[in-house]
Amino acid sequence: MMPNLKYALFLGCVIPYRVASYEISARKVAQKLDIELVEMPDYNCCGLPLDPASHDVMLTLAARNLCQAEKHGLNIVTLCPGCAGTLRKVNKMLKEDKHERERVNGFLKEAGLEFKGTIEVKHLMQVLAEDVGLEKIKEKIQRPLTNLSVAEHNGCHVVRPQKHIGFDDPENPVILKSLVEVTGAKCLDYMDETECCGAPIIGVNDKIPLALARDKLSHMKAVNAQAVITCCPFCHMMFDTNQTRIERTFSETYGMPVLHYPQLLGLAMGFTPEELALKELRVDASKVVALI
Amino acid sequence: MTAEKKETVPKATTRISEINLQFKNEVKKIPGGERMMLCFQCGTCTADCPIARFSDTYRPRQILRMAQLGLKDRVLSSDQLWLCAACYTCVDHCPQDVEISSVIRALRNIAVREGYMPSVFKELAGAIMETGLAYKIPELRLKKRQEAGLPPLPKTDVQSVAKLFSKTGFAKPAEKGGSQ
Repeated sequence: MMPNLKYALFLGCVIPYRVASYEISARKVAQKLDIELVEMPDYNCCGLPLDPASHDVMLTLAARNLCQAEKHGLNIVTLCPGCAGTLRKVNKMLKEDKHERERVNGFLKEAGLEFKGTIEVKHLMQVLAEDVGLEKIKEKIQRPLTNLSVAEHNGCHVVRPQKHIGFDDPENPVILKSLVEVTGAKCLDYMDETECCGAPIIGVNDKIPLALARDKLSHMKAVNAQAVITCCPFCHMMFDTNQTRIERTFSETYGMPVLHYPQLLGLAMGFTPEELALKELRVDASKVVALI
Repeated sequence: MTAEKKETVPKATTRISEINLQFKNEVKKIPGGERMMLCFQCGTCTADCPIARFSDTYRPRQILRMAQLGLKDRVLSSDQLWLCAACYTCVDHCPQDVEISSVIRALRNIAVREGYMPSVFKELAGAIMETGLAYKIPELRLKKRQEAGLPPLPKTDVQSVAKLFSKTGFAKPAEKGGSQ
């Protein structure tokens, strides 16, 4: 039986703020795969940004979102791994830990809400791999990207911590790489490929993340990657928006296009670069388009 | 740091008056901090930490040790406390199943309570209380959404969010905040 591919789309904060190209391309691809996206009603920040300041605020903000989706009887899909990881972890914890559930429900009561534990949360990549399936995606490929070799960067919170997330192998993300390869592109192995991009500490310390992202870019370049594929708005900003800054800081040239995964998939599905908002990318992606 | 300065501030010296014996219990009470005392200082977290690889000073193992010993003021006032990127590699790799990055997050929570909150959290909290989201989305962005054919951004009932801030006891520190 076909699984019910209807979800509340949890956009989070940074995507509507700065990374519209990810949302635009994700909606295009979802439509092609018969995924029905309902706007997540009355949502708030997932809570993750405030976890360092107050764990209870994080739990309560996350739980408020879960309650909103529960009210509408919809599972959540997110594009941001930070949101996915947070909502998924809190959802699991509140379902399993009666004591914490009662405590958080005590906070939620103030806003007339109660966590019941009736829905699931997944990141887009997990929905594509588990609910849609590679076979169905393959059917929609009209233009296999066989001339393209890319480096996949997975976004920590899609897979880590493994015991809380339980999707793919953080040390060897074969599922995420198979989603890249279904487009026909070659997904390259490269040094330290499962490592964090450093973006979360930008603002507290810029030197370390820039060095870290530069290290990853140099490893990608070393295996002749023609593009980087991300599935996280923060990783995307780290490699795309900050790439000229990295080049300036280290007196190097990369010129490495950074595509959101749905942009790569969308190109293989036959969408035009315009439909997938490729022109919004900071690093010119015309080299990639020329190869398709 | 110069050799001369090293002599005047002998970092390795720990005064008994610096040690807070109850600190470990304070950390253990926060979800994620429970297993802190099981850390046996193997250093796996530091060896596998991508931030530590590019920093001369950030060592998660040391942060854990300071907390275990009860060097409360030293660990809470440390700049290094804010360098964890929460990639959770250490959580997956710890042989003692200590959630290192969660212990660090628990320490940050205590640091905030004690007035060490970096100003960025005050800004984030302010934006969330005001709009529901961590960033105030400019009008221009909302207009661009419309032009791109994207549906309007759902509105957040900010009063309900504000109630949760005040119920969890964070509304006040968020107003006060910003020590760094």
